[in-house]
Amino acid sequence: MFTHGEPTSEVCSLGHMNSNGNVVSATEVTRRYGEGEAAVDALRGVSLEVKLGELVAVMGPSGSGKSTLMHLLAALDKPTGGTVTIAGQDVGSLSDSDVTKLRREHIGFVFQFFNLLPMLNAEENIRLPLSIAGEKPEPEFFENLLKRVGLTDRRTHRPAELSGGQQQRVAIARALVSQPTVVFADEPTGNLDSKTGGEILELLRASAEELNQTMVMVTHDANAATIADRVLFLADGVIVEDLPRSSAGDIVAAMTRVSA
Amino acid sequence: MIRVALAGLLGRKLRTALTAFAVVLGVAMVSGTLVLTDSIDKAFNFIFTDVRKGSDVVVSGKSPFHITEGQGTFAPTIPQSLIAKVRALPDVALADGGVKSEATQLVDRNNKAIVFGGAPNLGFSIENGDSPFNPLKLVSGAWPHGNQIVIDESVAKKKHFAVGDTIGVQAEGPVQRLRISGIVKFGSAQSLGGATLAGFDLPTSQQLFGKNGRIDEIAVAAKPTVTDQQVLKEVRAILPPTAQVRLGSAQAREDAKQTNSFISFLRGFLLAFGGIALFVGSFVIANSLSITIAQRTRELATLRTLGASRRQVLTSIVIEALVMGTLASVTGLLAGLGLAKGLFKLFDAVGFTLPNSGIVFGTSTIVIALVAGIVVTLVASLRPALRATRVPPIAAVREGATLPESRFARFRTVGSGLTTLLGFASLAFGLFGPHLGTKGVLVYMGLGALLIFIGVALLSVRLIKPLAWTLGWPATRIGGAAGGLARDNARRNPQRTASTAAALMIGLALVTLVAVLAAGITTSFRGAVTKIWKNADYAITAQNNFTPIPPASANAAAKDPSVEAVGNVRTGDAGAYGKAFFATAVNPPAGTMFTLDWVQGSDRTMAELGADGAFTDKDYAKKHNLTIGSPIKLTFANGKQKTFKIKGIFDPPPGGSPFGKVTISQATWDRYNESPRNLYSFVRVRGGETPQNLRRLETVLAPYPNAKVATRQKFVDNQISGLNSILNILYVLLALSVIVSVFGIVNTLVLTVFERTREIGMLRAIGMTRRQVRRMIRHESVITALIGGVLGIVLGIVLGGLLVARVDFIQFSLPLVSLIIFALLTIVVGILAAIFPARRAARLNVLEALQYE
Ligand SMILES: Nc1ncnc2c1ncn2[C@@H]1O[C@H](COP(=O)(O)OP(=O)(O)OP(=O)(O)O)[C@@H](O)[C@H]1O
Ligand SMILES: [Mg+2]
Repeated sequence: MFTHGEPTSEVCSLGHMNSNGNVVSATEVTRRYGEGEAAVDALRGVSLEVKLGELVAVMGPSGSGKSTLMHLLAALDKPTGGTVTIAGQDVGSLSDSDVTKLRREHIGFVFQFFNLLPMLNAEENIRLPLSIAGEKPEPEFFENLLKRVGLTDRRTHRPAELSGGQQQRVAIARALVSQPTVVFADEPTGNLDSKTGGEILELLRASAEELNQTMVMVTHDANAATIADRVLFLADGVIVEDLPRSSAGDIVAAMTRVSA
Repeated sequence: MIRVALAGLLGRKLRTALTAFAVVLGVAMVSGTLVLTDSIDKAFNFIFTDVRKGSDVVVSGKSPFHITEGQGTFAPTIPQSLIAKVRALPDVALADGGVKSEATQLVDRNNKAIVFGGAPNLGFSIENGDSPFNPLKLVSGAWPHGNQIVIDESVAKKKHFAVGDTIGVQAEGPVQRLRISGIVKFGSAQSLGGATLAGFDLPTSQQLFGKNGRIDEIAVAAKPTVTDQQVLKEVRAILPPTAQVRLGSAQAREDAKQTNSFISFLRGFLLAFGGIALFVGSFVIANSLSITIAQRTRELATLRTLGASRRQVLTSIVIEALVMGTLASVTGLLAGLGLAKGLFKLFDAVGFTLPNSGIVFGTSTIVIALVAGIVVTLVASLRPALRATRVPPIAAVREGATLPESRFARFRTVGSGLTTLLGFASLAFGLFGPHLGTKGVLVYMGLGALLIFIGVALLSVRLIKPLAWTLGWPATRIGGAAGGLARDNARRNPQRTASTAAALMIGLALVTLVAVLAAGITTSFRGAVTKIWKNADYAITAQNNFTPIPPASANAAAKDPSVEAVGNVRTGDAGAYGKAFFATAVNPPAGTMFTLDWVQGSDRTMAELGADGAFTDKDYAKKHNLTIGSPIKLTFANGKQKTFKIKGIFDPPPGGSPFGKVTISQATWDRYNESPRNLYSFVRVRGGETPQNLRRLETVLAPYPNAKVATRQKFVDNQISGLNSILNILYVLLALSVIVSVFGIVNTLVLTVFERTREIGMLRAIGMTRRQVRRMIRHESVITALIGGVLGIVLGIVLGGLLVARVDFIQFSLPLVSLIIFALLTIVVGILAAIFPARRAARLNVLEALQYE
């Protein structure tokens, strides 16, 4: 453990990347739920690398292991086999409090069901990750962030007073506020109508591009996947396709291939 | 529907158990009280019937009024010559005379009085060990003759005395050393409480008790051929007017009278605390049910869409409550058995040992405890159940549907305000209303307090937001983001926070009320002593500070050359205007030691009462139109009457005075009371209060171990220490309702954590540590507890103030230290209540929490 201390700090100074320029990497990751007869192998040997500034979309049929993969990459869960490295740290070897610290510093989340705190207003919700860490956002950065997500005039509204799209914007700003190494989004538009969903996707894409923000997004929507630099297809717990930026048509074609 | 209800209970085992526990404690207290008092009752009954078992009829001295035992007066004695006359009667088979004394102090090897709490030190004569009148059994040794004594088993055991040892005995005179001829016990009772027993032969007892040639009772056995009634008649015919005769059974009932009224007082007193705990429990149940029902809105709505009627929804919830109430009550009933044992120990620990001859678990206990528990649960479930019926089927398909507002919601503030006002009105009527009698006063006060608690609990919904904001301020400082969230969470659902806090509020209000009263009494008492005690250096009292003692010790002190004067306050019952009351008597030196505020007369009145002078307090004088020179006819315990002249009327200070309604001179008092008793004696010494003088007095009093000397400061402290024992009992009993409310907080938090599972998952996902989660829950708990604490303390001060305003001899005094301790305890309560829910919250698996629906 202690001998690894030095390289870790070196890694940090390299901007949360390992030597290959990867922000997140998985090697031969497996995840098994349950034991014995009833055991389910949700992931069966997945290896992948996410590069700095990359926007990766993960697709696949229901039950293929997308969420499972994302939870592992986001250090919400630990793999049964293989290793997951986030910002140079092997998640499997970390204690709960170290994992929490890792999430705090390096990871942002956007959930399907927004998951905002009802008693806090938009601004307070956005600030939450920093408050929890005992920090305050830089005022200028914060204002820009609010402007970016288009909530400048809604900042004192409570979630109950915001539309679904606006709530998701709050959630996105909350994911970005700590300037994490990588943002994960599990079906961020799954709970929105297609027009609002489109706006949210555009916001994600713009943020990824302009802030050079690394993102991993799980989606069922071929249109959503078109904003990605890379589209991974999962089926039965393994990656079956790895497309570069593609058109909606190509993605749909790949989806049909995978589901078949 | 019943199946749904039961499945619901099973599915929420933990929550059901936590909710039920609130009832368990209350029911346990009720059943524990009944078991305890039934057991004491049985123990005393055994003793009293045992004592009279062999006596068909009993002759005793006749008193014109019922004498309060242990308060300084006794029934008159009868001449010993009467025994022979009774024995000579044709139908009498056997008759023995005996004497007794409640002040037969046994003394251990270190010359220390053997006392267990405030229980009496019984001494009596044993004419003949084998006589059927003797209720005692010999454990070892022989019955006493001459300079011998038998003592009871428990004293022998506790103080390591055996047959053949000598033991000190002190009754009316100084300590004497007697040889232990035997160890005895009562036939049936395992323990006599703290009472000690000492038995002697008749002449020795008469000498010890100062009753030479006199006896207290004659026990008579009838010849087998005649009825008890016949003997009764025969004996009655030869009795002098100062004696009376009763059947043995009637005498046993008479003996038990005072004890019985003590037991029923104790029962009522303890039941009141059980009632309070149940009342607090009902808040907890109502709140927990409301929360679960709110969380089940969707489920209930789905049932409605599937065709369940409102009535069925109501039934299912009431059945749920019924099952829970029954289970809780049965558990509580059984727990009460354990609690009864605990109470025996508690009373023992505070120096108030109760007699015990086995635990009694009566049918009435079972019925009362079960009914109380079940009814309370049902009543508490009514409001939540009715609300549940108003869940519309449409809520099944609506995201985040909540319970509809009650139809009466808009009247809530007005209604709860009115309830509170009505409560205060009832309380005020109870306190200040005319001629209600003790029962009436208690009923109106209790009802008032009940309504006030309910009203304030309902009103407090309005106060939650500002209170939580203010009281949560430190949390935001100490707890950082977690503290801030805790404050927001506490304000999030005011109704829930209010009900949770209300349960604690009740406990704290009562604790505060007690503390305010105690502080009032203490302060007033100190003030009174400072005011009245003018020109004396020491006080002589009983070891336990309050039992009236034989005057021998004070007389011995008076004879010492260093002592300038000893002023006695004799005490006992006397009667006037057809009523017995607490009277006192003083000797002339007392007049030089006290200062009183005189309406008529002066301090010198106390010294100049003479043979027929009396003084009285303002209220008594007013009640009976007494003024200087008015005659007042007093009846004494021996049946004699004498008319006195009022020579002074005084106005007692707020803390009270050592004097009864009427005070006469000691010389006259002693003429009418064969065994007079001093409540206090005050001593003035040459050279004043010095360590040497204190030591000298202690040496003088060494032969009188039942007495002790105290400086003024010590005297006050001793008197107050008695109050502190009572205070501690009250605190322990009230702690029970506080514990119930702690369960309420735990329950609310567990339910809340459950409800906020997703939220906590999200917080963990975005970087909240387990510690921070725990902190968040803990701070919310402390804020809720503090709301209850603050409301309770304020309410307690108000209620205490009202009570103090009613009682003349108590001044209002704020017990600041106690209040600060209560506030700190509230914080502790909050922290304790949070331990389990916080741990659960911190343990939540982030993933599962996020996926939780
Ligand atoms: N906690 C769990 N316990 C047991 N099995 C699980 C658990 N979570 C997921 N699984 C199983 O693992 C497999 C992958 O699940 P996962 O949630 O990753 O799929 P997904 O691709 O996200 O599906 P969807 O598109 O429906 O969200 C599924 O077969 C699922 O049943
Ligand atoms: Mg999924």
